[in-house]
Amino acid sequence: MFWQQLINGLTLGATYALIALGYTMVYGIIQLINFAHGEIFMVGAFVGVLAITILKVNIFVAMFLAMLVCMALGVTAERIAYRPLRRSDRLAPLISAIGVSIFLQTLMTVIFGPQPQAFPQVVEDALYKLGPVQVSRVQIIILVVASFLMVGLHLIVKYVKIGKAMRAASEDYDTAALMGINVNRVISFTFALGSLLAAAGGVLVGMYFNSVFPLMGVQAGLKAFCAAVLGGIGSIPGAMLGGIFLGIAEVLGIAAGYGDYKDAVAFTLLILVLLFRPTGLLGRPVQRKV
Amino acid sequence: MLDMFTQNINPYYLQVANLLGIYIILALGLNLITGVTGQLSFGHAAFMSIGAYTAALLTLKMHLPFALSLLAGGCVACIWGVLIGFPTLRLTGDYLGIATLGFGEIVLVVFTNLQITGGAIGLAGIPRYTNVFVVYLLVAITVYCMYRIQYSRFGRALLAIREDEIAAAAMGINTTIYKVQAFAIGAFFAGLAGGLYAHLLQYLNPNDFGFARSFEILNFVVLGGLGSIPGTILGTVVLTLAPEFLRFIAEYRMMIYGLLLVVMMIFRPNGLLGGVDLSRVIKRYRSKRLERASARSISSS
Repeated sequence: MFWQQLINGLTLGATYALIALGYTMVYGIIQLINFAHGEIFMVGAFVGVLAITILKVNIFVAMFLAMLVCMALGVTAERIAYRPLRRSDRLAPLISAIGVSIFLQTLMTVIFGPQPQAFPQVVEDALYKLGPVQVSRVQIIILVVASFLMVGLHLIVKYVKIGKAMRAASEDYDTAALMGINVNRVISFTFALGSLLAAAGGVLVGMYFNSVFPLMGVQAGLKAFCAAVLGGIGSIPGAMLGGIFLGIAEVLGIAAGYGDYKDAVAFTLLILVLLFRPTGLLGRPVQRKV
Repeated sequence: MLDMFTQNINPYYLQVANLLGIYIILALGLNLITGVTGQLSFGHAAFMSIGAYTAALLTLKMHLPFALSLLAGGCVACIWGVLIGFPTLRLTGDYLGIATLGFGEIVLVVFTNLQITGGAIGLAGIPRYTNVFVVYLLVAITVYCMYRIQYSRFGRALLAIREDEIAAAAMGINTTIYKVQAFAIGAFFAGLAGGLYAHLLQYLNPNDFGFARSFEILNFVVLGGLGSIPGTILGTVVLTLAPEFLRFIAEYRMMIYGLLLVVMMIFRPNGLLGGVDLSRVIKRYRSKRLERASARSISSS
């Protein structure tokens, strides 16, 4: 029973982690809480549904298309709504992000209506027994895709030149610019990467829960954001750890009979962790300059 | 006289006017926390919901007079402000915002699952005591209180904390106590506004107080200009009336609202009245008029 819940929690957590990575990377570089990120995730899920129903492609091609669309969307949103505000007060880009999020939510509600849409059955139901636990084919796909993307992200950030530039910019934005790094390009790239992961998360979540709806980004986005903070915002391994931790905690909470309070589990954990480790599990302490 | 006035006015306008007043009280409370003291709070709607449910339950179940239940709603919200304030105000900047966001979501889930609040179905049948006179009397009191607070020794200490917390502490300001006090006052006004809201709509649903509502209030404050009382009022008026004026485009209205936020932030990132000292503007205008008047009198003589 426990191991079964652990697998379920891991699956849920992997999707949270995929979304959380976008929050954490953007925050790491420009200190912006990108509240429109949950909506990118939602748009990704819808593009996945459209690709499967209209273009009749398989799930992986659909996911790829969703990634492309969301990458364009994320980069455009950054260009229009956040870049002009980069040098202003911290709250201005935040409000702008909320504006983008309201815009996307309403846009999708106008196009598709507020009611949930069924996600087409693309993967046949099949259960595999692994000792005491049962794993469905959908869960395996989620876990494999998520790990593949996370390893890919790790390799890009660690070994590719633009990944190194990202790390430099998150270390010190201004010095990175002085060293000849084109920070605008780095930020665009960060938004592209984050949106790509969110889109994949959107398609996977849609497939897992069999439904997509215009407001699905709100709760998922908030929880993923919690996961990012829990792990230490700005830290990529932190976001992965936070997401998985949160997913497992939530599933165990439901299993323990607190299903009504499942949405509060994440936030209670978040507040507790923040009180004892104010910068999250893997976060570095904030330096206070006098 | 009261009935004559309210009967001759379109009930829709009256409702919008009432809500506008309630939002002004809410926004002024948040302005003290975020605008004046510089503490990011994403959970203002939670305090509003605490005040709303307290006031509604007191009039419904205990048949307390309206004024008393309003006051009680404010006080309970204030107590929660202190309880939340002490542990979380050690966090700084965005982390405080995130913790208050979490608090707001927890309150939402609790109200959705409690028996006494009617759970997800909501609380109905609250008597309608709120009218436009009560609302604007309380708006006037709130504005007065905010001016008194902001231009007192206490208010200047809060401003000092916003500008530089470490320097303020070095000057002998007990920053934690001051921040908790600002938080508590802001929460009190949110609770008061919540009570008015409950007795205006006669129906409460926990989902009305989600984080979208908290951000709505934050939009009012930031759009108006952080720390500016006239700015906060102006921001609230603009953002409350904009969706109402946009009703003719029905379903596209919230899209325009989202765009409006982005465009306004791009063109005035410090808010409509951010960095504008209204008393100084008035003074300058007056002195110019005086100059012109004296110039005229000299030329005529």
